[in-house]
Amino acid sequence: MMDTPAIGELWVYLASAPLFWLTLTLTVYQALDWLFRRSGRFPLLNPVPWSMLLLGGLLVATGTSYESYFAGAQFIHFLLGPATVALAVPLYRQFGAVRRSFAALGVSLVVGCVVAAAAAVAIAGLLGAETSTLVSLSPKSVTTPIAMGVSEKLGGVPSLTAIFVVLTGTIGAVLAAFVYRVFGIRDQRAMGFALGLAAHGLGTARAFQFGETAGAFAGMAIGLNGLATAVLLPLLLPVLLRFFG
Amino acid sequence: MLLGAVTLLLACQLAGEILTRLLDLPVPGPVLGMVFLFLILCVRGRVPEPVERVTGTLLDHLSLLFVPAGVGVVRYAQRIEQEWLAITVSLIGGTVVALAVTAWVAQRLMPPHRGKDAG
Repeated sequence: MMDTPAIGELWVYLASAPLFWLTLTLTVYQALDWLFRRSGRFPLLNPVPWSMLLLGGLLVATGTSYESYFAGAQFIHFLLGPATVALAVPLYRQFGAVRRSFAALGVSLVVGCVVAAAAAVAIAGLLGAETSTLVSLSPKSVTTPIAMGVSEKLGGVPSLTAIFVVLTGTIGAVLAAFVYRVFGIRDQRAMGFALGLAAHGLGTARAFQFGETAGAFAGMAIGLNGLATAVLLPLLLPVLLRFFG
Repeated sequence: MLLGAVTLLLACQLAGEILTRLLDLPVPGPVLGMVFLFLILCVRGRVPEPVERVTGTLLDHLSLLFVPAGVGVVRYAQRIEQEWLAITVSLIGGTVVALAVTAWVAQRLMPPHRGKDAG
């Protein structure tokens, strides 16, 4: 029975060591990502929500505080800012396509951006969700780093937004083909643009399965809707909360 | 120079953070940083190779970067338990509405396409 206290002490060290939680986050994510790719990128096996659930469950099971976890994981979290800046590169590359159909894409962008936020807030508001949940839901169609920044600025909970965004992407990728069949959408550019706008990176991955053109328009829509939402949502949200909050 | 490219990204973000605070803008600093980098690329007329490599690496692993914040959801387990119905219906319904409306408007307005995989 010599081992027990040693293991206990070791655990005390590990649970409070930033190195442990940082390494564990990287390991869990990569293992789940490997499974995801083995499955042929089956949307319901997306590694992001599963990593969050598994690591979150581990914190609860071991009674570890989120603060101890974040002391290690913050080194990954810090990279969200530079990664958001990096989105300028794909946006720049696809800018040619925007210029060719500027008016059509501009109108679709504004309509889509407003409808995506309004529908989410209206539905949850009518079903009785509290205000900070509504704020956290409002940028759910936008790529995660931008959505979390917007959510925080507007008084939402960035952690909730992160989960909502990832689930939205999964739902969009799974349901897109069905929605397009019901509404008679056959134009590749429209299919891609809507997927990127409503379901960010996960939607874009799905759009590439519809075709090269759909994928390119989806990639462009991610950056455009990120920008449009960051600018329009601060103006739109107070109105939505007046009606549905 | 990879170090130069990393510095450029951080400088864009920092400029964004400073501007959004100085002018009290509702837009997140990194989003302004994205606009700055976009403008720099427009002026340069191309993406320099080191910038290409650094941004490519970051964006290849973008989804990993949400995990630490997402784990924080454990602190809101009680709220999710209380509001799961509103949240689930909003996520599914909101996404379907956004997809349908955006695609429908875009298909209506888009000029005729002559690309090889239109259809």
